[in-house]
This record gives sequence, structure tokens and C-alpha cells, in this order.
Amino acid sequence: MAKQKNNKQIDNTLTLSASLPEEHLERVESWGGASSGMSYVYRPTTIESLAKVFELARKNGRSVGLRGGGNSYGDAAMNDENILLDLRRMNRILDWNPESGVVRVEPGVTISALWQYILEDGWWPPVVTGTSKTTIGGCAGMNVHGKNAYQVGTIGEHILEFDMMLPSGEIITCSPETNNNLFFAAIGGAGLLGCFTSLTMQMKRIYSGNLRVHTQAQVDLASMFDYFYENVEDSSYIVGWMDAFGNGKGLGRGDVHRADYLKPGEDPNPSQTMRLENQYPPENLFGIVPKSIMWLGMRPFMNNFGTRFVNLGKYYAGHVTGGATYLQSHAAFHFLLDYVPNWKKSYGSGGLIQYQPFIPKENAQNAFADILRVCQYYGQPNYLTVFKRHKPDNFLLSHALDGFSMAMDFRITGSNQGKILKITRQLDEIVLAANGRFYFAKDSTVRPEVARAFLGDEAITQFRALKEKYDPDNILQTNLWRRVFKG
Amino acid sequence: MSPKNNFSLPLHNQKRAIVIGASSGIGAALVRQLADQAYMIAALARREDLLTAVCQSIPSATLYVHDVTDNENIPMLFDQIVQDLGGLDLIIYVAGVQPTVAVDEYDTEKDKTMIEVNLMGAIAWLNLAATRFERAGAGQIVGISSIAGDRGRVGSPVYNTSKAALNTYLEALRNRLSKKGVTVTTIKPGFVDTVLLENAPKTFWVVSPEEAAAEMLTAIHKKRQIVYVPARWSLVGMIVRHIPSFIFRRLSF
Repeated sequence: MAKQKNNKQIDNTLTLSASLPEEHLERVESWGGASSGMSYVYRPTTIESLAKVFELARKNGRSVGLRGGGNSYGDAAMNDENILLDLRRMNRILDWNPESGVVRVEPGVTISALWQYILEDGWWPPVVTGTSKTTIGGCAGMNVHGKNAYQVGTIGEHILEFDMMLPSGEIITCSPETNNNLFFAAIGGAGLLGCFTSLTMQMKRIYSGNLRVHTQAQVDLASMFDYFYENVEDSSYIVGWMDAFGNGKGLGRGDVHRADYLKPGEDPNPSQTMRLENQYPPENLFGIVPKSIMWLGMRPFMNNFGTRFVNLGKYYAGHVTGGATYLQSHAAFHFLLDYVPNWKKSYGSGGLIQYQPFIPKENAQNAFADILRVCQYYGQPNYLTVFKRHKPDNFLLSHALDGFSMAMDFRITGSNQGKILKITRQLDEIVLAANGRFYFAKDSTVRPEVARAFLGDEAITQFRALKEKYDPDNILQTNLWRRVFKG
Repeated sequence: MSPKNNFSLPLHNQKRAIVIGASSGIGAALVRQLADQAYMIAALARREDLLTAVCQSIPSATLYVHDVTDNENIPMLFDQIVQDLGGLDLIIYVAGVQPTVAVDEYDTEKDKTMIEVNLMGAIAWLNLAATRFERAGAGQIVGISSIAGDRGRVGSPVYNTSKAALNTYLEALRNRLSKKGVTVTTIKPGFVDTVLLENAPKTFWVVSPEEAAAEMLTAIHKKRQIVYVPARWSLVGMIVRHIPSFIFRRLSF
């Protein structure tokens, strides 16, 4: 629709279209780097300055998007041409009880800051992401899971209470008992209902700074599934890695890593293993190559040919070291992504997107086999494919279910975008037919009709009603909101 | 009013352009062709009826009635447009006037209008684009100048001045911004069949606005820096620029 404006009208709407200060204008990228936009970025440190940003937005007719560590792969923490609240400076640990393991933090506290703060008291965050740069506010907003999702569920299940600022400036306290509608919608609500100002969480008691890790190669998809079924009962963490180049009989081959907490007394010297110095992986590869430039060495392999060989090597290495059990620090086991800083740069300037479907257990094996075959058919096997087990939770916009997920990285180039979109459209059909779900922290491709299909009309109607109630002017928006929910 | 704007979908790469001076001639042709290339376009011009006619059949174009001499409203309008488009990749300044000037006429009012429309309007709009693109580390600024900016001639002293100044301004922008990932393109059309040509005494090699616009967009997408349109004018430009003054002042054009 063409619209008309003349100068007189512009004068009359002065207060609505007044310019925001240009010094706040910044280029903002999705974590995967496949899309970028310009936003007016504000980094408040206090509740008062946070409220002022909402006021500014209202006065200027702009929307506000929330952003934590900026680790969402797609557009969940982007808000083109409007205000973006980067909450990383609201990063105080407000309260810590080393007896009960209950911590109260501001939203910008990172997983990294949190584990480093509590570890020496014998605690570990119950749910951590694959990078420690995520913020607790962001993790709650996206309701993230870890490699122990099948045991402990999503991070929301460990949040006891939170305070949230509504776009009106009012602060509201929510827990599973108080304002519970809002509690179960705001966790996993992608920052569209309000901005967390503090979150109270229960930490997990541990008895060693190390985990007992076991790696085993799996020859195909069926044995991958079997391993999970045999090990979910008594293990603490399991993650599978798949060589997406494996086809025919080798479809779905890969390695599985299992990790277990040590029981009290198993670690003869827990106070030593829980010291920070003993958590970090070495700074240099083979003691020579600084890890800050390791991504450069990976770059030549980030094509179909190179990755095929790297993956094959990794798969056979899994056979060689297979069955070995060793001790590894919590940080080294969990934060693989941080081990090679900027590893995503090895994908090149076009960046990457991730496609991570969640499929109920009874349909998972067939659906994943179909998905792998579709990618291979189009000559787009994904370079990194990660496999996890999940259990359902009670959150309104949840990705969690009793089943499995497969996270696949696709490299994006200047010319393959149309093809990748076509492939994901086709994969969407497979996922929906298998009653699968998607995860907004990773997503770049879900369309409104797909969201309606997997979340259900009722959940979406309920979410909209809550948004209407707590954000009647629709101040809180992101690119993801406009892509998936608007209209 | 609840905030709203367009936005880019990941993997869709929607390009967005502003065309200033879009109601006729080259500007209108650029709007039509950018639309064919799947751009979202903000089309600006002073004459509402003409602009409406141009944009009527183009759903991806939004029109904004605007007089480029209305300097103080430009920053606000620029912000509004960019918000409406959901971003900006390309800005093309086409607006230009060339009133009839007799060889012995010195009319400061006419001259002022030419400087305001051809030069000051460009500076006001492109400064804003430069600021934004520098922060984005991307983007393209295009000024439609003229071969007339290459020399000062008897028939159009201030038109030549305005275009020469525009060339210099664009060159300076290019020197500032090229290392920041921003492309600045100066386009120097020869004779294009538009209203501006009505006042030209002798014409040759005339092309239609559609032909000119197509050639311009090709150059823009190739991220060229200085381009004559059609290309053969580059030869004329080179000769004209090198004619010594003692000969040039004896010539009648």
C-alpha cells in the first residue's frame, strides 16, 4: 500500500516520528551472522535507566527488543530500526546462599560469571548452554536446555521466581505460584512480555570439579538411538555428534559423549578440582597455536569436501579412543563453543544458520533419517550435527517434548540462500508430520503457519492475550516476533 | 500508535532504496526498474500528482511528498523513511532543475534555486545516508550528476557549478567512506530525453530515461565509482575536460 505524506503532516506527527539519537545507532548481527540490521542500542545498568528506555520508546513510537549475550542463532534478539536493550551491563549477582544453593541475579549475569562465582562452594548451574557467554535473562527468555535436558528439563524448571518490568515501567513478581500464567509464558516468551530485572534460581550440588566422560563411536542412526535409550536412566549428560556425510548403511554414524557427576567421596580432593584454575582448557593447541586464531586453520575445511574428511577423521578417532573413560572439568566438557573463539568465522562471511527440529521419540528415528537424506539429496549435508534427548515441560511456547533433537548447521553463502530456504521448507513438512517442534533460540526459518502447527492455536491465543494484557501498545517486538507471530 | 515497520527475514535479503526526485524522467525510471529487481523503495518528489502516477502500479514503492529545499525537515523524514523501510541499502539522489538561462542573463534567484535543489538537497540527504552507512559498514550512495559538471560553459554557469560541486562532494564522500565498506557512485548522464533537455540548444546521442536508468543500475550494482551514461560519453567527457581554456572560451557550447 502506498502511503502519502506531505510536510504539513510530518510537522503534526513530530512527537511520533522524532529521531532517536544517532550515537546509539549500531549494526547488530544474528549470532550465526547470516543476517544483520541497524538498531538504536541502549545498555542500561539500573532499573531506573531501563524504565527510561521504555518511556523513550513510547514517546518516539518505536518498539523495544531485548538482547542478552546475543547468542541466539537467528533473529530472536534483533529489532531492526528500533530500540534494542542490551542487558549485559545489568550483571550483578544480587544474592547467593552457599548453604541452599539459591542465587538471585540480574538478567545480564552470564553463565560464565555464574559458574565461576558458585563453583568453589560446590555448586554448578543446573542447566548450561554450549557457550558460557549467554546471559541468565536470555537463557530464561529462550528457555534453553543443556546436554542434560532429558534429566533436568529446561532452565525454566530451575527458576524459583523472577521480577519482570512491563513496558509500562511497572515491576511484577512471578513464580509457579504467583502470577503463574505470566511465569509460564515469559519463560520461553522470547522477551516479548517484559524484561526480567532479577531471577532467583536453584543451583545443583556437585562433589567434584570434574565429570567422568565416556566417548563411543556409533556406526549408524539405530545404534545412536540405542545408546541413548540404554544410557538415559543413570547418566548425567549425553550428547551425540553425527557425521552428516555418512550415507547408506553409515547414515547417522557418529560419536556419543556421556558425562556423569562424581558421587560424594569419589573425588579425593574436590576443593582442588573445583578451583577455577583447574577448570579451563589449555590456551594453545598442541601448546603452540593460540586458540584465538584456530578458526583460521578451520576455514579451508568448511566446504563439502573438507568437512567430509574432518568428519570422517573424527568418526574414526571415536573408534580408536572409543570406550575410553576419562575425567574432564565441567567447563571443558560444557563450553566446547568457547574453546575455539570465533569458530563461526570459519564458515566465511555469509555466516550460518541452524535448523534444530525436536521430534517425539516414537517418530524420531525415521524422521531424522528422512531429514539427513533430504540434505544429502540437495548436496547440503550440514557440517555440524548434534543430537540430544529431551523431556516435556510446562511452558507455554515450549520446544521441549519427550523425544530427540537434531541441531544442524548450514553454511550460508551469497548464492545458496534460496536453496537453503527450499530445503528447510521441505524439512518443515517432515518435522510437522512427525509432530515435531522448533526452538526459537536457534531458529531462522519458522513461518507463522509452522508456528501455529507446532505450538497449537490455543497456546498462541493464550500468549497473545497475555501480550495484550501486559504490553497493550505492543512495545516489545523483535524481528522474530514480526516474522513468526505478527498478523 | 503502536510501532511498526518492515523488517528483513533471515535468508531473504530484501534490499531497500530511497530515490529522491522520483516523479519523472530518470528518477521515475529508476523506481520502476528497482521494483523489478525486488527492491522496497521510498520514492520522493515535490509534485504529488506525478509521483502518485509513478507509484500507482508499484506495490513495493511508498511515496513521500517532499521538497528538497525544505532542509530542516530532512533528518526527521529520513529517519521515518528508514524506519518504514526497515533499513537502507541504497540511496539515489536524482533531483535536479535547469531553468532556461540566456547567454547574457545573470538571475541570482534562478541560480539560487539550482544550487538549492541540485546541490544543497543532495548534501542534506546524502550526509544523513553517509552517517548511517558508515556505522553500518555497508551501503551505497549514488548521486546523479551530469556531464555538464565537467566544464563551466557559456550557456549554464550555475547549472555547471552545481554539478561540479556535486561531483567534488561525492568524491570527498567516497574518500571518506570507501575504507568503511561504503560505495559512492557518481553518475554523469549525457543527453537523456527528459524535461531538462527542453532547454538544451543542440542535442545528440539522446537516450530514453528507461535506457539510461538500466545502464545506471548496472553500474550501481557493479559498485562503479564514476560512470558516464551512456558509456560513450566518457570519451566526450575526457576530451571536454582536456580542451585548453584558450580554445574552450572561443567555443559556442
